[in-house]
Amino acid sequence: MTVAAKPLVETAARPVRGGRRFALDWLGAVPFLAYVGVFLLLPTAIVVGGSFVGPNGLTLSNLTAMNKPFIVGAFVNSVVLSAGSAIIGAVLGAVLAYAVVTGNPDGVLRRLVTSACGVLAQFGGVTLAFAFIATIGFEGFITIWLKQHGINIYANGIWLFQLSGLLLVYTYFQIPLMVLVFLPALDGIRPQWREATESLGGATWHYWRYVAGPLLAPAFFGGLLLLFANSFSAYATAAALINQGSIIASLLIANTLTSEVGLAQPGLASALALVMVIVVAIVMVLYTVLQQRTARWLQ
Amino acid sequence: MSGAARRLSILAGALVLLTACGQTTSSSTTSAANAKSAADMGGMAALIAAAKKEGKLNIIAVPPDWANYGEIITGFTAKYGIPIDSANPNGSSQDEVNAVRQLAGTSRAPDVLDIGKAVTLANLDLYAPYKVQTWNDILDNQKESTGLWVQDYGGYMSIGYDSNKVPAVTSLQDLLGSGFQGKVALNGDPTKANAALNGVMMASIANGGSADDISKGVDFFKQLKQKGNFVPVQATTATVKNGTTPVVFDWDYLSAAHGKDVPTWKVFTPSNAILGDYYNQAINKQAPHPAAARLWMEYLYSDDGQNAWLRGLARPVRMAAMQKSGKIDSAAAAKLAPVNGKPTFLTDTQATQAKDYLASHWAQAIG
Amino acid sequence: MSRSRRLKLQVFRVIVFLVFGAFFLVPIGAMFEFSTRGNTDTAPRTLSAWQTIFQTPDLVAAILASLALAVITSAGMLVLLVPTMIWVRLRLPRLNRVVEFLCLLPLTIPAIVLVAGLAPEYRWLSINVSESILTLAFVYLVLVLPYTYRTLHAGLAAIDVKTLSEAARSLGAGWATVMGRIIVPNMWSALLNAALLSVAVVLGEFTIANLLNYVNLQVAIALLGRANAGVSIAVAVASLMFAFILLVILSFFGRPRARVAQLEADTTLSWGQKT
Repeated sequence: MTVAAKPLVETAARPVRGGRRFALDWLGAVPFLAYVGVFLLLPTAIVVGGSFVGPNGLTLSNLTAMNKPFIVGAFVNSVVLSAGSAIIGAVLGAVLAYAVVTGNPDGVLRRLVTSACGVLAQFGGVTLAFAFIATIGFEGFITIWLKQHGINIYANGIWLFQLSGLLLVYTYFQIPLMVLVFLPALDGIRPQWREATESLGGATWHYWRYVAGPLLAPAFFGGLLLLFANSFSAYATAAALINQGSIIASLLIANTLTSEVGLAQPGLASALALVMVIVVAIVMVLYTVLQQRTARWLQ
Repeated sequence: MSGAARRLSILAGALVLLTACGQTTSSSTTSAANAKSAADMGGMAALIAAAKKEGKLNIIAVPPDWANYGEIITGFTAKYGIPIDSANPNGSSQDEVNAVRQLAGTSRAPDVLDIGKAVTLANLDLYAPYKVQTWNDILDNQKESTGLWVQDYGGYMSIGYDSNKVPAVTSLQDLLGSGFQGKVALNGDPTKANAALNGVMMASIANGGSADDISKGVDFFKQLKQKGNFVPVQATTATVKNGTTPVVFDWDYLSAAHGKDVPTWKVFTPSNAILGDYYNQAINKQAPHPAAARLWMEYLYSDDGQNAWLRGLARPVRMAAMQKSGKIDSAAAAKLAPVNGKPTFLTDTQATQAKDYLASHWAQAIG
Repeated sequence: MSRSRRLKLQVFRVIVFLVFGAFFLVPIGAMFEFSTRGNTDTAPRTLSAWQTIFQTPDLVAAILASLALAVITSAGMLVLLVPTMIWVRLRLPRLNRVVEFLCLLPLTIPAIVLVAGLAPEYRWLSINVSESILTLAFVYLVLVLPYTYRTLHAGLAAIDVKTLSEAARSLGAGWATVMGRIIVPNMWSALLNAALLSVAVVLGEFTIANLLNYVNLQVAIALLGRANAGVSIAVAVASLMFAFILLVILSFFGRPRARVAQLEADTTLSWGQKT
């Protein structure tokens, strides 16, 4: 039984169908929906609509061109990379958030760490790539130091400029992002609950499994979803590290949009963007299912 | 004077003024947006006055360290007092054209474009025809006949390298040696960037291929990758200085810019593969500052502008004419690497063939 | 809390902060080291790259524009999102998934593609409303939605919104009072984190401003970075430090010491450490 779900005061159920109350309730959502409609849905519709436009008018050719192996491969790589960096980022981010929240809530350390996380969550692109190149690239000082001690980290290939390298670099901004979105959930855990569990004879494991776990699971999975989407559409860092070919979907989109040798295909780029939205929608469905299952399992 | 008479006289005076103004405008030149040359506007002085009135110039994708554009920008502003707004310095030619379309009608749209050949030819509907005063100095095959676009500066594809970090490069095959492990980079992806496409083409010509056959270049880079000498990372000034990309295929004038970060930087053009290319200038048909745009063109193609590019180690399009007239900056011209052979320039067909081949073969070769 | 558990927690925290601290600070240190290199391997260290930054007048205008955008975007986000989320949670639970998806959508479309769809709207805005760079706030608000929604959601889920609002309503409070004086003070951590994220996103945004030909902080930095290699990295580190200091200052504004929180911190039941 979760503590937060049962209201302390039972009130009369409000009518949910018919009546002015129902219509008025929807008014409260109108500002948000209107704003998002104009500044998000409309551009998205324009982009998605572009995927049905070819050089000779309306066409489905952009969509049927999707099953080329290099396009499918790029999306598979994107999903693998995003899932990997999301899981690693979420777990490590949760650990770091826990270490932060167990400190003084008004202390200097917490302020510094959350501010640093805010900055690093948005750090990316050519400069992040260079930061890693300067650290563990071929001429990075850690690489050189290890080489001086006989360890060649590039003995099996230039992994930094492949998917594995991207995975490492992506965690640099995924972890801070997870810390920021997970901290509020951790803040909601009352220390009295720990005491209560202990006074009832429960061990640490019982506390996490029955008390804190169910409360934190939704926020954890929500963070996981956000990290996935964040990594899926990230482009600039990958473009700096792997400038040849298009091994992930966002690079593929950029290349079909901005090629200056005459290979630009805006219709295809729009179609690829549509597929990206569909993939994330599917992941969101999976996340919803996972969340419901977990909630049931943890009850 | 009675009220009615006063009103009538005011009306009459206004009519006189209006017709007077109307006469001056109708006897003057065409508007800046329709001017096809400085003469159309009533001469250079009128063009300068109109440009100053507009008060601003928007340029795009013109980094200050690209062929010494920085000097041209400050020179133009110093000479005419017109401030320049330089947007999206790292943008590609396609970005420039996208900006023209997406910002049409706003005051932030680019006034002029400096773009590669493929993008130039694919967007002819965006430009306004204009012939600069030095039009006749430019060869016919380096300009569009009505002035829609005209070549501005160019150079030859080269291999730039840090002589401190890698052995000297005397031929393309040297790059396959063990001293170049994980050190060679292209300036971009050839299916995306013009410089990279020409880099692969130069490798092809030096490797036994020709301007019609880019496959030998793709094979060369495949070999380079298999040996572990090729790195796919984007080459920037920072990666060059840091030593991660000490060998870069790039235009010679762009490569030379690395010299200010790395004093030991050398630029090598293989004598059996001199591949050249020129960029093109065009004026936006819907430029928010049409007079300033045309004045900028005049400045670029004047001796001052052309010599500034020359000082950036690029070859200005009027170079031959200026050498004849003696107006060339001979000190700068002497700094250009000597070219011992006949340069090749890709025709449109060859460029199209090359990009089609790359589209279907590059990713597999390099991936 | 027992002494052994307190000790274990302390050890855990020290290890975590050391390891993560190293992971995050070392690359930045490497960038700083690179920005102070001289021109050759034997040249002495120099701060000339850093001096170049402070000698650039154009940077000030860009900084001010970005700061203004950050303030407008954060304020707008809080005003738009917080009441909506509370309202949906209490009154329109069926809209929950819709709002969640809408707040994830901006993140699924790469910025370069989003600009293609935004360009017609911004052209209309430029011609009919204003050419000012502050119009970017409209799209920035949308860009920060994914991050801030998740943060605010975690904060809302941690408090029993339904009970609090029912109790307040039954005591005669209007919705404004419920939202402003009951719920919001209980989610300060979430609000602050959301504001921090918004500011960081706006200060770090490059692609959309660049493609719409506006000059914000990151665009000015990109132009400045063309000077030479050292400057391009020095200016990136400077931008990180600038954002960091700004966020630290912001964090001091965002945390009123509610009496309940103070009480919890003071009692022995708390697991917090007083530093």
